[in-house]
Amino acid sequence: MAGKNESVGKTLLVAFLVCVVCGVVVATAAVSLRPVQNENKLIDKRMNILLAAGMYDASQDVNEQFKSIERKFVDIDSGDYVEMPESYDQRTAAKDPAQSERLSGDVDIAGIKNQADVAEVYLARGDNGELSRIILPVHGYGLWSTLYGFLALEPDANTVAGLGFYEHGETPGLGGEVDNPKWKALWHGKKLYGDQGEVEIQVIKGTVESNTPNAEHKVDGLAGATLTSNGVSNLLRFWVGENGFGPYLKRMQQGGGDVAEATDAVESSEQPEGDA
Amino acid sequence: MAEKTKDILLGPIFDNNPIALQILGICSALAVTSNLSTTVTMCIALTAVTAFSNFFVSSIRNSIPSSIRIIVQMTIIASLVIVVDQFLKAYAYSISKQLSVFVGLIITNCIVMGRAEAFAMKNPPIPSFLDGVGNGLGYSAILLGLGFTRELLGAGSLFGHQILPKVSEGGWYMTNGMMLLPPSAFFLIGLFIWAIRAWKPEQVEPDDFKMKPHTRVSDAF
Repeated sequence: MAGKNESVGKTLLVAFLVCVVCGVVVATAAVSLRPVQNENKLIDKRMNILLAAGMYDASQDVNEQFKSIERKFVDIDSGDYVEMPESYDQRTAAKDPAQSERLSGDVDIAGIKNQADVAEVYLARGDNGELSRIILPVHGYGLWSTLYGFLALEPDANTVAGLGFYEHGETPGLGGEVDNPKWKALWHGKKLYGDQGEVEIQVIKGTVESNTPNAEHKVDGLAGATLTSNGVSNLLRFWVGENGFGPYLKRMQQGGGDVAEATDAVESSEQPEGDA
Repeated sequence: MAEKTKDILLGPIFDNNPIALQILGICSALAVTSNLSTTVTMCIALTAVTAFSNFFVSSIRNSIPSSIRIIVQMTIIASLVIVVDQFLKAYAYSISKQLSVFVGLIITNCIVMGRAEAFAMKNPPIPSFLDGVGNGLGYSAILLGLGFTRELLGAGSLFGHQILPKVSEGGWYMTNGMMLLPPSAFFLIGLFIWAIRAWKPEQVEPDDFKMKPHTRVSDAF
């Protein structure tokens, strides 16, 4: 190389210019493509909700299919519906001390540390407006990462219709098998609660045989991924339990799955608490 | 000149293949080839990054102080990779999710860095650009071969379309699960290298050292 390039000034100048030009290019690409990316994220989230609910049809537009699904907000402590702005994001709220609660270690079996006070729920309706699925966002710690997913329930708020995770960093081929369609299919028809309303659902080590006691509450563990399986088990038990959606699901069960009634009951008693 | 352009562009496909001869960029060849759609996306992304990084590095090659040339190349490569990643997130979201970290890892792909340092620093922009495209094509040729074989034998499909009906879905084809795991790519790359060197024996490397015959125990003392 020519000697003229080797002075300290020239070195600093070239480094500076390269950084400025590259910085501008990267920033321009990131900013100008962000709206499209956000749109993709929303469609992806909606697709995952539809997939968890078993309602996804690849041949149709996701937003079109999502029209039968309604987003509502639930106060975690009381299980009542509350009004929230459209832009509310549960994951952002969980990081905001004003909108979330820090969980103590003995309660926090899912390892999520902070829980938003208000959670999203998605209600899918059939052609005649009757409730067909209740879809709850769930998350919790597996082995390496927090798993984010959706749990879809039948209108009785007890029977699992589907479970799917849309974001996790578990080991591919081991814990990553939470995405395996065969494993996900095992969840279908499992019951969350026992006769007394206590949380019974769990992932066990090994295989559930037809003669396993309480087989309707149990799902096969993932081979070679005990810690991820435990994580999934714990996060579900947390989210359908007393500190998660438990109070809300109790209400839905008492409403006999008829959401109109449940909504009315909620609205008459809810207003003051919603403001608080 | 025309002959030389052709050499630069097509040479890396078989005569000087970055994977088969230079043995560069193996890691991503293992990781992204379990199905063809991610493979194709990765090939396009890598070819674009190699071509443009060669072009830009070559454009400023006379002004780069040699003491910081590697980091200047890295900055250019990293910026291009981020731009490509942003485009994928915007226009091919599901594929970008499957490729996840491997798009970002193009930054550390030895082919990109190797071509910038070995070719672009010494040649004008247009030939450098073509050299980048050519090496991208060489990488793509091997990757597409891997992706084709692995998806066809591992899942019985191509681009997600079922070609061989699977036993689990009532067909006759028993899928070979090993093909979907990274080690199978090693075996396949080995077979590709064998095939290329059988066809072009001049690529066979001379032995690094000569094997001595065994000595008798009595000779050793």
